[in-house]
Amino acid sequence: MLGAGGGNDIQWCFSQVKGAVDDDVAEADIISTVEFNHSGELLATGDKGGRVVIFQQEQENKTQSHSRGEYNVYSTFQSHEPEFDYLKSLEIEEKINKIRWLPQKNAAQFLLSTNDKTIKLWKISERDKRPEGYNLKEEDGRYRDPTTVTTLRVPVFRPMDLMVEASPRRIFANAHTYHINSISINSDYETYLSADDLRINLWHLEITDRSFNIVDIKPANMEELTEVITAAEFHPNSCNTFVYSSSKGTIRLCDMRASALCDRHSKLFEEPEDPSNRSFFSEIISSISDVKFSHSGRYMMTRDYLSVKIWDLNMENRPVETYQVHEYLRSKLCSLYENDCIFDKFECCWNGSDSIVMTGSYNNFFRMFDRNTKRDITLEASRENNKPRTVLKPRKVCASGKRKKDEISVDSLDFNKKILHTAWHPKENIIAVATTNNLYIFQDKMN
Amino acid sequence: MAATLGTGARAEESGQEKQDMQEKETVTPERAEEAKLKAKYPNLGQKPGGSDFLMKRLQKGQKYFDSGDYNMAKAKMKNKQLPSAGPDKNLVTGDHIPTPQDLPQRKSSLVTSKLAG
Repeated sequence: MLGAGGGNDIQWCFSQVKGAVDDDVAEADIISTVEFNHSGELLATGDKGGRVVIFQQEQENKTQSHSRGEYNVYSTFQSHEPEFDYLKSLEIEEKINKIRWLPQKNAAQFLLSTNDKTIKLWKISERDKRPEGYNLKEEDGRYRDPTTVTTLRVPVFRPMDLMVEASPRRIFANAHTYHINSISINSDYETYLSADDLRINLWHLEITDRSFNIVDIKPANMEELTEVITAAEFHPNSCNTFVYSSSKGTIRLCDMRASALCDRHSKLFEEPEDPSNRSFFSEIISSISDVKFSHSGRYMMTRDYLSVKIWDLNMENRPVETYQVHEYLRSKLCSLYENDCIFDKFECCWNGSDSIVMTGSYNNFFRMFDRNTKRDITLEASRENNKPRTVLKPRKVCASGKRKKDEISVDSLDFNKKILHTAWHPKENIIAVATTNNLYIFQDKMN
Repeated sequence: MAATLGTGARAEESGQEKQDMQEKETVTPERAEEAKLKAKYPNLGQKPGGSDFLMKRLQKGQKYFDSGDYNMAKAKMKNKQLPSAGPDKNLVTGDHIPTPQDLPQRKSSLVTSKLAG
C-alpha cells in the first residue's frame, strides 16, 4: 500500500480551492467538466448552469521557488442557455457536458464547449490597448458636432487594463437527436467529432451547417435497442482513427479510411465475462463512463463503475492492466442501485508521461494508480486539509471487520460527495479535482 | 476481512452481510445484492440492461409525449380534480396534465459562477 513518502512517489499538497464554502449547493454551481489546455497554462471548468470559468496560471515567481504559479480567474462567460424545444416537447439543459481546447495557433485561445444538443466554438482574446483621440467622437463615445472640428489628429493606441473577452465564433447545432456525451478534436486540428447515445458526427471547425454521420447504431426497431454509445475520442496522432465505448462495456476502434460510415469496427475490445459471475448488476457496472487515449497513443484507458482498465491497442481480447477503484462497493450494489449512484459517470485521466492514472470516487476521495510501481493511493479533497505545502494524508476505506484508526468504514461514506471530474496538467504534477461545487488544485511538493 | 485492492479478485464475502441462503455454500457479493434487490422489488424486469432502462435514458428531458397524449389525458381528467405539479416533475405525461403555465420557467443563470468569486 502506497504511503506518503519514499523514493519517487509524488507527495501531493493542497494548493488552492475555488468555489463557495457553504453546504447549500445551488444546482447551477454543480461542476460538470474540467479541462487543462495543451500547455497547462489555462484550466477551464463548465457547470450545470451553462457557465464556463477559465483560470490562468500566473507566471512563476523567482522568489517563490517552493511552489508553482497559482491559478486565478482569467475569463468567465455564459456558454449555453436553457432551451425548450416546443416541437419535440423536449427540455434542453444548459449544463456543459464537455470542454475541449484547441491547440493555440495565434494570440487568441479557442475552445469547444457542448451541452446536450449544441456545440459552440469560443474565442477568448485579450485586449490591453484601446484607440484614443478620434476626430469625430468624444472619449466617451458621443459623436461630436462636425462643425466644431477645426483641427485633425491621428488617433493612437494607449495601454489599458487587461480585458479578456469571450465570443462565440461558431455554433454547431441541430445535428443530434439524442444527448451529446463527447466531443473530441482531431489531430488534424481542422475537424472534430461529437457523439450522442446512438450516433457520432464529424464536423469541420469552419463549417456549421453541415456534419457527416460516421457512426449510427440506432436499430430499425427501437425495441431492439440493447446498447448505447457512452464516450468517443479521436486518436492523438492518427487522424483517421477514433474509438467509442458502449453501455455494455465494449470499445470499438474505427478507421475512417475504411468507409464513409464506420458502423463496422476495425477492432472490438471486450473482456470476456465469466458467465458464472453474471448478475442483475453485471451489465450496469460494466458500462463504460469514460475512454481516454494515452498521450503516446499506444494505450487507451476505460472507466467502468468499479474499475479502471488499460488496453493495449494491439490486443483486443482483454485489458493489459486492471485497477480496482472501490471494490468494497460490490457488496453495496443493491443500495447503490436504489439511490441511483450505480449510474454515476466517473471520468479518468492520464498524467503527462502516461505513467500514472487518476479517477474519482465517493466521499470526495480520488484515486491514483502508478502503472510502473503498481502502487495506488487514495486522497481526499477537503477544506480540512487546506494548508499549502502540507503533504496530504492517504485515506483508507475499511470494507468490513475491525476498523483501524484513521480508516473510514464503507457505511460512513458520503455518496453525495462524488468526484466525477479530474484533470492532470499535461506537463507538471498539478491536478485539478472537482467536488460537487468546488474546484481543488493540488501540486507535488517542490523542494 | 478487508476487500483487497489493486487486484482483479472478487471481494471475499463478508460474514455480517451474508443473507440466509440455503442453496450455495459461497455466494458472490453481487449475487447476494441481486437477491436483496429482487426481494424488495419482485416485479423487476428480467432484462436489466435492456430496452426499458436504455429508453428511459434516451428520453431524458422529454416533457410530454405528443398532443394526442395531452388531449387524451385532458379528456380523462375532465371530471377529476387536476393534480398539482407534485414532487415528481420528471414524470413523462401519464395522468398529470401539464400546461404551458405549469412549465417551470427556465431562466439562465444571471449570477456569475461562484468559482470566479
